[in-house]
Amino acid sequence: MASATEPLSPEGGTVGPDGVRRRDFIYIATGAFTAVGAAAVAWPFINQMNPSADVLAMATTEVDIAPIQPGQAIKTIWQSKPVFVRNLTPAEQDAANKVDAATLRDPQTLAERTLEGSRNWLVTLGVCTHLGCVPLGAAEGENRGDYGGYFCPCHGSHYDTAGRIRRGPAPTNLEVPPYTFKSPTLIEIG
Amino acid sequence: MSFPWANQYEPKSDFTRWIDSRLPLPRFVYNAVGAGYPVPRNINYLYNFGVLAGVALMIQIVTGIVLAMHYSAHITTAFDSVEHIMRNVNSGWLIRYMHMNGASFFFIVVYVHIFRGLYYGSYKAPREVVWMLGVVILLLMMATAFMGYVLPWGQMSFWGAQVITSLFSAIPLVGESIRMWLVGGFAPDNATITRFFSLHYLLPFVILGVVVLKVWALHIPGSNNPTGVDVQGPQDTLPFHPYFTAKDFFTLCLYLLAFAAVVFFIPNTLGHPDNYIPADPLSTPAHIVPEWYLLPFYAILRAFTVDFLWIPAKLWGVIAMFASIILLFFLPWLDTSRVRSTAYRPMYRIWFWVLVLCCFVLGWVGAMPAEEPYVRIGQIAAAYYFAHFLLILPILSVVEKPLPLPNSIAEAVLAKKAKGSGIVGPGATGVSAGTAPAPAE
Repeated sequence: MASATEPLSPEGGTVGPDGVRRRDFIYIATGAFTAVGAAAVAWPFINQMNPSADVLAMATTEVDIAPIQPGQAIKTIWQSKPVFVRNLTPAEQDAANKVDAATLRDPQTLAERTLEGSRNWLVTLGVCTHLGCVPLGAAEGENRGDYGGYFCPCHGSHYDTAGRIRRGPAPTNLEVPPYTFKSPTLIEIG
Repeated sequence: MSFPWANQYEPKSDFTRWIDSRLPLPRFVYNAVGAGYPVPRNINYLYNFGVLAGVALMIQIVTGIVLAMHYSAHITTAFDSVEHIMRNVNSGWLIRYMHMNGASFFFIVVYVHIFRGLYYGSYKAPREVVWMLGVVILLLMMATAFMGYVLPWGQMSFWGAQVITSLFSAIPLVGESIRMWLVGGFAPDNATITRFFSLHYLLPFVILGVVVLKVWALHIPGSNNPTGVDVQGPQDTLPFHPYFTAKDFFTLCLYLLAFAAVVFFIPNTLGHPDNYIPADPLSTPAHIVPEWYLLPFYAILRAFTVDFLWIPAKLWGVIAMFASIILLFFLPWLDTSRVRSTAYRPMYRIWFWVLVLCCFVLGWVGAMPAEEPYVRIGQIAAAYYFAHFLLILPILSVVEKPLPLPNSIAEAVLAKKAKGSGIVGPGATGVSAGTAPAPAE
């Protein structure tokens, strides 16, 4: 773009008719190269903090649900997070179905949170969606909150019998993990 | 920097002269904390807490380095290694109790230091950067203290880590990815404890670096003082050494007495007994609380219980908690009153003490379960905290009529003395008349 007849800029180097010096290109190219190089080096140092391969390996958990009587629940563990498996009584299912889902903070019906043909089995993560505490209510004699489901003692979130958030600071319902029935008494989570 | 009347460094021997012309470290110390640094003569005992905070930091660094020689950062051994330090390591119990309570004492002196700065307007021009570096130190201290609390891997350690890292999951869209990046897994686990140990070792040295910057920035205008009036001449100052070094050593003795009393007689009073139970990822303690020094911020986090303006309650709480500290960066510009010291601000003085009360209430609510009436009290106190800085301070700056300021520090000191000895004030006002007061700034 520059020819020998063009004037010299004060710093040396020729200036084109548009005021652009050849040296400007070198500056920009050097800067861009350095920025890309710095980002390329930074990424491994940032990425090393992400979950490692062994943690990410999708572990599945099998749970024998035969001993769980209606009204009872158990705690199990999947991907190092607690999972609640609860056998809902007909009264608890009715209580959950009576609520108009549209009025809820995170609108979902019991049917959307359970599997066809096994509406009494409520499988949720035992992780409060507020700040990750384990809610009470799965074990015998624990406080089940004002809606008969689960109660998180950390910051007072109340979940109903479908594990839906009803009161307190939690933004969403207890998460339902992917799971399937391998037999009527055996589920596989994950 | 120094005032023109500051003593000049004179090497006293051939050796110091030799050193001074090659590495002027003795000169640097002399001008920083020696006779070459003039300090307002009227600063009171509240001005000793900065030095105490420096000592507290050094105690944490020394005890921490020693603890790291015996601690094992792994989920299967961390808890046992802390018990090993307590039972088997020679004097291990003493060093761990010093480290544990040293953190609390560090926060005590830093909080007094902060409120002293608020009372005497030490954040105002020309000391804004000193104040802002202080806020940076406070944030770093909180991060360091939090990660240190996780290391013993007790119940409070684990669930504290779970709750605090979950704060980041409130960020829309990328929150959950950030949370997993922070803990290195689906839940706090071995990857978490090792990285927290690494950072817990690093951050105190970062704090030390910021402290150096802060002291550097402080030495440009020099210390503020209880009158808030600028230094005008030699009659207003005394050399840092020997006057204030002696005074600092006196308060240091009192501080160490109190520290030793707690370490030896009530070492676990400020902690939570649940942290002597090994971490159990399947069972949350009935009542999770952070360490006492984080309680006011925890109360602000919990003050939001309903969604508002399409932003979920959880995100509001997180925003408010971080905002309560970030807000302090803007304090020098929120308070536009030209009078620094609250001693001459009759209206602000009342609101200052309301703020102090408000912080104590927040701390108390933060320690209580999340139920009524604590939730409502916490909401009122949190609302006041923000109103104080965002509404009351800017309005007061405009409407308040401050009391008349003394003409100089020397005049204020002598007037106070005259009052104390029964001679009534006005006669003292002429004292500084002989020296032409230099214009402020």
